Amino acid sequence: MLTTALIFVPLAGALLVWLIPWATSRAAGGFALLVALAELFLWVVALGRMNFASGGLQQATETPWFEDLGVAYKVGLYDFSLWLVGLTAFVTVAAIAYGTWAGRERPRAYFGLLLFLAGATTGVFVAQDLLVFYVFFEAMLIPLYVLIGVWGGARRSAATLKFIVYTMAGSLLMLVSVIALGLANGTFDLTELSTSGNDWIFLGFLAAFAVKAPIWPFHGWLPDAYREAPAEVSALLSGVISKTAAYGILRIVLPVFPEPVSDWRVVILVLASIGLVYGSLLAFRAPDVRGVIAYSSLGQMCLIVIGLVALTDSGLTGAVLHMVSHGLVSAGLFLLAGAIERRTATGELALLGGMARGRPRLASLLIALSVVALAVPFSVAFAGEFLILNGIFPVGWGWAVVGAAAILLAALYMLRLVSAVLHEGPGEAVSEVALDLRPAEVGIVGALAVALVALSFWPAAITDRVFGGDPARAVETGFSGGGEAMP
Amino acid sequence: MIEVRHPDIDWAALAPVLVLLGTAVWVLLVGVFLPRGARRVFSAFFAAAGFVAAGIVSGILFGLDEEASTLVRDSLARDRLAELGQILVAGAGLLSVGVSYWESRGPRGDDPRVPADDHRERVVEWYVLLLTAVAGMAFFMQANSLVTLFLGLEWFSIALYVLCAISVHRIAALEAGLKYLIVGSFGSAILLFGSAFVYGGTGALTFGGIAEGAADGERLFLVAGLAMILVGLAFKISAAPFHMWTPDVYEGAPTPVTAFMSAATKIAGLVLTLRLLLIAFPEEEELWTITLAVIATISLAWGNIAALTQRSVKRLLAYSSVSHAGFLLMPIAAGNALGGRALLFYLVPYAALSIGSFAVVAARERELAADVTLDNLAGFGWERPFHALAMSVFMFGFIGLPPAGLFLGKFYVFTAVYERGWTWLVIVGVVATVVSVAYYLAVVRAMYGSSAELRVAPAGGSPPRDWPLTTTVFACLAVAVATLVVPDPLVDLARDSLAFLSFPF
Repeated sequence: MLTTALIFVPLAGALLVWLIPWATSRAAGGFALLVALAELFLWVVALGRMNFASGGLQQATETPWFEDLGVAYKVGLYDFSLWLVGLTAFVTVAAIAYGTWAGRERPRAYFGLLLFLAGATTGVFVAQDLLVFYVFFEAMLIPLYVLIGVWGGARRSAATLKFIVYTMAGSLLMLVSVIALGLANGTFDLTELSTSGNDWIFLGFLAAFAVKAPIWPFHGWLPDAYREAPAEVSALLSGVISKTAAYGILRIVLPVFPEPVSDWRVVILVLASIGLVYGSLLAFRAPDVRGVIAYSSLGQMCLIVIGLVALTDSGLTGAVLHMVSHGLVSAGLFLLAGAIERRTATGELALLGGMARGRPRLASLLIALSVVALAVPFSVAFAGEFLILNGIFPVGWGWAVVGAAAILLAALYMLRLVSAVLHEGPGEAVSEVALDLRPAEVGIVGALAVALVALSFWPAAITDRVFGGDPARAVETGFSGGGEAMP
Repeated sequence: MIEVRHPDIDWAALAPVLVLLGTAVWVLLVGVFLPRGARRVFSAFFAAAGFVAAGIVSGILFGLDEEASTLVRDSLARDRLAELGQILVAGAGLLSVGVSYWESRGPRGDDPRVPADDHRERVVEWYVLLLTAVAGMAFFMQANSLVTLFLGLEWFSIALYVLCAISVHRIAALEAGLKYLIVGSFGSAILLFGSAFVYGGTGALTFGGIAEGAADGERLFLVAGLAMILVGLAFKISAAPFHMWTPDVYEGAPTPVTAFMSAATKIAGLVLTLRLLLIAFPEEEELWTITLAVIATISLAWGNIAALTQRSVKRLLAYSSVSHAGFLLMPIAAGNALGGRALLFYLVPYAALSIGSFAVVAARERELAADVTLDNLAGFGWERPFHALAMSVFMFGFIGLPPAGLFLGKFYVFTAVYERGWTWLVIVGVVATVVSVAYYLAVVRAMYGSSAELRVAPAGGSPPRDWPLTTTVFACLAVAVATLVVPDPLVDLARDSLAFLSFPF
């Protein structure tokens, strides 16, 4: 029940936001924020009930849905999905709070869609049936399409079309694979799938996740979508939605396709390494704030994929930790990008500069987040990246070298961003009258920063609490170890 | 005393058709004596009641008929497949009453295309023809011989020809009616010619007799006849390359008629195609499955590519209907029991999406008093939040995205085809779906995304509230969502309907 509630509380909240004629934008946003907070509370309850020692599927529910093909509505929580659900709930709260504070046109539609997106994303993280997973994976597209298409920037039309065609192409290939895999197994139940050695089915799944993450060279949609979306939607897109792809690789691709994964591992590693370096270089060259964050997001997602396909304890643990930390960092950075754009009406680095003067809060938060993003030692990002590199080292030291080089590049592009926005001479678009972050903005972005600092002090909060303590074996056995018996 | 020998007729089997025809006669005879003002309420009410009654009668028969049987010397069938189809077309008819109620009231005075009292003159005929068309379809789906098949086909087609042209003051409607008449007759003629060939080859007209006679019949005639019959049926369900009439007729016909045709003709045509192929041509299964797979591929390619360039929403939806003919032929081409269930399942959310989206087009058309294009949809999303939300669900649904049941329908169809072993056809369907994203989302973008300058203000202030149409849209939305949330009851109905048929694969 708890897992189902995690999906349907935001969906029901979305309906209420749409149906009730809220008098003001703040009222609609405030109600949506309450729903998002309720979701966060539910997650805390789920966290309390989670038995981390045993691992395995917990809080599972199963109801027949489409019996002719053996499809059931089956949802449940693994320890690693719990962290991603938490990330979703937390970033959604931040996004809705930011949207409420910033004020959006047509607030009922806007906040309803944000909640709808949160519900669908949570559904992806908890689905334990292939078709249920697919439904939620596809359902995420609808709010994203409308959110970017209606509230986006000037070139939103092209951006949304590109985004949706890319992702639909990927996910329909996955649909073919879902059908093939389900019919071969006689069930669509993720927990009962036997392993498959079929390369084509494997590639179908990989295509969907490679587009969504994205991995080079499937990232064509990314810069436009991240630039044109409203700031808080970009925050969700890069912070949370991209993680569904990494989650899909972890939950479906790795355990179900052990042979194809080991056959194709080099290909995936090469593409991800290229993506990591290429994304980092583009981030270094990007002419605007969002471009830097968007391309850095491409690089970081590729790094996460490297950690996953390493298939070592350290790599898997590091990937999960980095998913959470990158989610928080990039969400925070996109919200700050939004704050900067509100003050200067531009994100062009050439027009920015000197914003540190008279804006201590903006400067502190931007520097704090950037320091985490460039993975300074003792930060949570550093912990994640270190674990990933440590995990990929046994596979081949060369991959670890590429990864280490990318950390260096991350330092270059983040410092360039900080310096171009905050330091140097005052840019044309930066007004003399200094408008620092408002308390609400400080609170919202600060909450993300505080979470990052807390995780930096205590990354073991996550790393000791994933995969029931035995990552490689958990993946090998399809996460079946431990857990509660199905009711 | 002279004893007249007559076939022993099972009147119960004909009850749904008789109910519909009886209602039609009642509405026609009484309607003309009523004062003009009362005609609309009277005929719409009885048309709706007739559809509900026919649906209930079919439902009762569905409950009774565990065994399939035939009547009138095997020329008509009494089985659950026909009864399920009758329930569905009666439902489509009922929804069309809701869509057409306001239209039949007559246009607002400022519509330059139509004299003010044009529709009011013909409101009784409108509903009578609608009832007759549904009766024809109900009869058609019971057909168990080539003669009754042709009879049923002509019966509902003639009603539809007239319905398309019923706004006699609109050139476009007359053109649509004439075009449909000519092309439709051409299709019927081919079908009739094919029937003659099949008779020549097998010496039988009933479906069962054709299957028996095929063994020692003339195979050339049989195959030629089968091909021509398939062409004739493909005309009706607007599968490419026999769809040429579809965009023009869908665009020119009054929108409620288009809504009805797009859903009901497909239901009737496909249910009968399934019955005909499985009962009459079980030995030729290799031939017709591959033929239908090819027609499906052509329909998917042609419909989707042509839809990309359309600006008129009705034309766009017409091409979308061509592409969905492709999706609907895929499960028949699969030739397995899973495919049969997939077809019957797919038809329900498809019909709901189709009627619903044309209903929204009709609503926009009425407030603009102009044809709806992607350009003058601008601002609709904020002026009519409910209609636009429903339209968005319909468009996302046509793509195969939740929250509409067509998502499961597509999944079901692909699964059936995959089980047949035709992965290539699944890939064709997938590619077609990706292409279709562009034009379906163009409609959503047109409603929400356009800037204020582009808006065409609705002529003459706020449009009248149109509760029958809004109710219909809501009902379509409910059906579309319900088929996603609780698909199993419908699947069970489909399974029961097909229990008496044996599938080749």
